[in-house]
Amino acid sequence: MPADTKSVPPVPTPATAGADDAADASEREDAGRLRRAAGRWETLLLALFVVLLPVGQAISPQFLTSDSFTTGSLDFSEIALMALPLTLVVIAAEIDLSIASVLGLSSAAMAYLWNHGQPIEAIIPICIVLGGLCGAFNGLLVTRLGLPSLAVTIGTLALFRGLAFVVIGDDSVTDFPSAWTDRAFGNFAGTAVPNVIVLFAVLAVLFAVLLHFTPFGRSVYAIGANEEAAFFSGLRVKRIKLTLFVLSGAVAALAGVVISLRNSTAAANVGIGFELTVVTAVLLGGVSIFGGRGTIAGVVLALLLLGGIQKALLLSESISSYWIQIVTGVLLIGSVLGPNLVQRARAARAHSSRQRGVWPSRPAAQRNPPQEEKA
Amino acid sequence: MTADAASPPPQVAGAEARRLADWVFRVRELGIVAAFALLMLVTAIIEPRFVTADSLRNLALNAAIFAILAAGQTLVIITRNVDLSVGSVLGLAAFMAGDLLSSHQSLPIPIVILLGMLLGAACGALNGVLVTFGQVPALVVTLGTLYAFRGVAFLWTNGRQVNAETLPDAFLNLGTGSILGIPTLALIALVVVVVVGQALRDFRSGRELYAIGSNPEGARLAGVRSERRVFAAFLLSGALAGLAGVLFTARFGTVDATAGASYELTVISATVVGGVAIFGGTGSVYGAALGALLLQTITSSLIVLKVDAFWQEAAIGALLLVAIAFDRLVGLRLDARLRRRSVRRAG
Repeated sequence: MPADTKSVPPVPTPATAGADDAADASEREDAGRLRRAAGRWETLLLALFVVLLPVGQAISPQFLTSDSFTTGSLDFSEIALMALPLTLVVIAAEIDLSIASVLGLSSAAMAYLWNHGQPIEAIIPICIVLGGLCGAFNGLLVTRLGLPSLAVTIGTLALFRGLAFVVIGDDSVTDFPSAWTDRAFGNFAGTAVPNVIVLFAVLAVLFAVLLHFTPFGRSVYAIGANEEAAFFSGLRVKRIKLTLFVLSGAVAALAGVVISLRNSTAAANVGIGFELTVVTAVLLGGVSIFGGRGTIAGVVLALLLLGGIQKALLLSESISSYWIQIVTGVLLIGSVLGPNLVQRARAARAHSSRQRGVWPSRPAAQRNPPQEEKA
Repeated sequence: MTADAASPPPQVAGAEARRLADWVFRVRELGIVAAFALLMLVTAIIEPRFVTADSLRNLALNAAIFAILAAGQTLVIITRNVDLSVGSVLGLAAFMAGDLLSSHQSLPIPIVILLGMLLGAACGALNGVLVTFGQVPALVVTLGTLYAFRGVAFLWTNGRQVNAETLPDAFLNLGTGSILGIPTLALIALVVVVVVGQALRDFRSGRELYAIGSNPEGARLAGVRSERRVFAAFLLSGALAGLAGVLFTARFGTVDATAGASYELTVISATVVGGVAIFGGTGSVYGAALGALLLQTITSSLIVLKVDAFWQEAAIGALLLVAIAFDRLVGLRLDARLRRRSVRRAG
């Protein structure tokens, strides 16, 4: 396969104004390559992450230690867990902002059930089922009533968090059995990798297989790209979307269990505001907010990058950790703005060269280059 | 083609459809007013102290800042965009106002308000440029600037906090004083809501925002300068968030970098409860302001009724869900009615 790509003859560079045809062909070739490169957002994320490693080390000598990996990845583990199903939801052109509240409700339910004498082995599955039900509630409102998921999940964001406080109030539970809290906090078989990250890795592989190698995953892309077309090709759009919301709720509840055990504290106010961080990670990972585009690999790389930056800034003594928010915001906007501007510059150049050569009399009225590209 | 002769001139049919739509919106706003009145009544019957002047004043003060934010948010949401950064912009402007007045006691208050609005407008302009020129989805842009502006606020304050003692009394009076028995803040909010509301209702530029929101491509083809209008909507939303920030400082006196944190979702909830569709094209500033008032009343009346404070958030979430479900059902029925009407005409 690599030999194949190399065997393509090098594109001649447009040297003279007379070689219009060649120039045009090369522009098209260029545009194609650009699109493919833009499709490989993951490459850029990986490059950024590789750059981050020495920079982080320069910021703090503790950055490239196993200790910093352990604590840094633990701090980010719940956000990472919730990002996996949200990736699928966003690819299907929906959104779930209620995840952090489901996490809180799950934590509150844990505290409630523990106070009522349930064994932890029973509590965990109950919480995950509860999260699935929360997701189903979102999903039914979106699919059966046809309500926009953005509005629905802003509503359930308040509703589920409110219910969490109704269940347990200001109380918190801190006396979970140490066997379980150690398990959530501890490392995997003597390595520096926390157990929680092993759990994340397993789920990441499962979600990657589900999204990239199953008919279900292909349907998710199809729905995100064009819901109507997907419906008329016989996909069960509503059922698939409902499944995605249930998955999102269930994993958010699992994250609630994890964070409660990891911190040995279950309470209703756990994880307030996490939802926007998770959305940021997903979008930074190259998933289109309009659906139809994105990969699990991209999101995992975005999580590594965000987690790495956060850890580096936290370790630093000279740089204020307040920069975390600024860097996060700039990265998020840049991840969409950068490719847009490059594409626009290319299109503008292609446009002006065409004006010079083939259609000299064409009016310069087309003011929307990206759309002209598509046409 | 014979049906053409039988059907009335299209202008008449259009006017009729517009009347019908107008009527639905008015019913929608009346619905919130009714819910508000019912809530007040029930609370007042159970706890008469709820309708004393003092408690009503507090209610108006609390709703004022959210009503101003909701007015700005309405402009943006109607164009099928969203502004998540309002809470962070509020925080920046609030701290700037506090910081300025602590060090320059004699600075005239209108100047401070103007500076706050300018700062907010600058933030809004950045959002607007990224959305229109950069063609980045508004959700992505304003989620990014939500973080970035808040980060700037943290860097700027650097852990400091502005206290009421260091602020001039004249400024604090703005937040707590009243004119003819009506709190000054509520009056300011009322002026903002009426000005923005009328402009959106009657001005050509205001109507164009609706056109952009209900059919972006159609609006562009009809000659609406969409990019300029969307930019203006973000600019105004930012400026109003800046104004809200200055008023926040006047009202509370104590400001740190977290001022207005997580306001964005409350403001969007108020706007959507007020009948502004999250996907643009419908709703009014008046509805959004009423939504803000209703959410604030729920919070206050639950406190008065001694309902567990924990129910507040759940109640607001449930109300939002009911509101959008109601809008959806009304929208479906309106569609059906308009379709039946046009079928009758054609036949």
